[in-house]
Amino acid sequence: MAFMNSSSPHQRQRRNTSQIMLMVILCLIPGVFLQSYFFGIGNLLQISLAAVVALSSEALILKLRKRPVLPSLKDGSALLTGLLIAVSIPPLSPWWIVVIGSAFAVIFVKQLYGGLGQNLFNPAMAAYVVLLISFPVQMTSWIPVQSLHPFSLTFMDQLSAFLSGFTLDGYTVAQISVSIDGLTMATPLDTARNALRSGFTITEMLNSAEFKASSAQAVQWVNIGFLFGGLVLLYKRVIQWYIPAAFLAGLVSFSFIAFAYNPDLNISPLFHIFSGATMLGAFFILTDPVTAATTVKGRIFYGLLIALIVVIIRNIGGYPDAVAFAVLLGNMCVPLIDYYTQPKVYGGRA
Amino acid sequence: MNQQVEEIETQQTAEPEPGIYRELMYQGLWKNNPGIVQLLGLCPLLAVSNTLTNALGLGLATLFVLVASNSLISLIRNHVPKAIRIPVFVMIIASLVSCIQLLMNAFIYELYLSLGIFIPLIVTNCIIIGRAEAFASKNSISHAAFDGLMMGLGFSAVLVLLGASREILAQGTLFDGIETLLGDWAQFLTITLYHTDTSFLLAALPPGAFIIMGLIIAVKNSIDLRAEK
Repeated sequence: MAFMNSSSPHQRQRRNTSQIMLMVILCLIPGVFLQSYFFGIGNLLQISLAAVVALSSEALILKLRKRPVLPSLKDGSALLTGLLIAVSIPPLSPWWIVVIGSAFAVIFVKQLYGGLGQNLFNPAMAAYVVLLISFPVQMTSWIPVQSLHPFSLTFMDQLSAFLSGFTLDGYTVAQISVSIDGLTMATPLDTARNALRSGFTITEMLNSAEFKASSAQAVQWVNIGFLFGGLVLLYKRVIQWYIPAAFLAGLVSFSFIAFAYNPDLNISPLFHIFSGATMLGAFFILTDPVTAATTVKGRIFYGLLIALIVVIIRNIGGYPDAVAFAVLLGNMCVPLIDYYTQPKVYGGRA
Repeated sequence: MNQQVEEIETQQTAEPEPGIYRELMYQGLWKNNPGIVQLLGLCPLLAVSNTLTNALGLGLATLFVLVASNSLISLIRNHVPKAIRIPVFVMIIASLVSCIQLLMNAFIYELYLSLGIFIPLIVTNCIIIGRAEAFASKNSISHAAFDGLMMGLGFSAVLVLLGASREILAQGTLFDGIETLLGDWAQFLTITLYHTDTSFLLAALPPGAFIIMGLIIAVKNSIDLRAEK
């Protein structure tokens, strides 16, 4: 975290890693709660499995590396990684998806680079990208909001779908995500992309049955939940405002350029802000102290860069959402950004 | 690293003892394995190792070119002026690769199609010009041919290992499509280890190749470390 320079004396509060991670995990709660409320208890199943797998793979690899196991497990960073993966995958995807994701994140992306503080890439997002390109079908079948379900899903149904891929009545997740009138329900960004592909305009899309059946409102609420958690993080000074502010401002302005150029073919800035993983990304993923830029100017540039990539991929790229890809691309640029944005030493030569 | 290689090799040429074949074998297959130690020829290594059959096909083609080019270059080593040796070597390698390409086109057409551009690209494989320059141009023909064989085997071994692990992870099979390389009788070799509706695509894609390659190198290094202790 940054060192504020103001006149002394100060009463300073120093937090260690596990306190910071705990704060971040606590601040995820509002978003996770809303997500579970709208998309079902499957979300919590994913989270618990992810946590178990992330912690045990961390323990395993630390054992192999002959490092002390307990201190690293207690710092909560593996737990947080697992949580972020579980939050970003569809709640009823089969159990092995989240197992592969969490194990990959901790073992390959984090520990093989040398453990906490050494990794180049954000573990949760790298794992998400691995899952997305390996299992595109499972990773994009978001089930509709609970109240719109054609079938009511009990806890046992969801548990069964999570473990075997079928509900107790024998429906697959793909069948559940088709509503009574045969419309496939997708995330709002998916719907927008498909509509634009088939030649509809944004206005037509917003009024279409598909969009009304999609989980647009739920996704907005979930984003608001993460926004709230993020604001608490800011208030508690766990994260600093540079990256989220730069990212959100960048997202609004870049998407506004496209929107102003052709409002029929580009989704509006508001739509950008409250859909997909925008808020989760802005406050919980981009701000990862290990993989984000570290200088003030660098952080602003990092946020803007990621926003630009997100807008480009969402508007003209092949994937509906782009936060994960953008974060990885941003991570790659961090050493360069940090190199060119070193602040001047006071009294030093310019 | 290249300097080390050359040093070792000049020592070898100084006193050709009977142990030299064993040394060449050790260098090619393990100590200086072109795939996982010298890290030469990474482009075909990573690009066509998506199935065991492809890996085997490219491995054999490279092996053939390597043995033939090493022997030919060793044969003419005293007749080529030093100043123009590299273009001469490249010409020889290119004609050998053209032979291989035409042969594959004629006899194993399907494999030829699935390896595609990577057959002509054998010309640019650094292993071949590297061995020609560093070893064949300074050694007798029998040593040079044996070196080519061992380096080729070392490279093919890595290719096969990589191809097998990627094929198992991505499709759950081994030797899928082997009939394109060996003919229809070889179909019984295709083994299905497990069936899955959801293949692990990452292993079939380039990032998977990099990751598995990294793991193979790590295993090799850890074996070396253990042996040192």
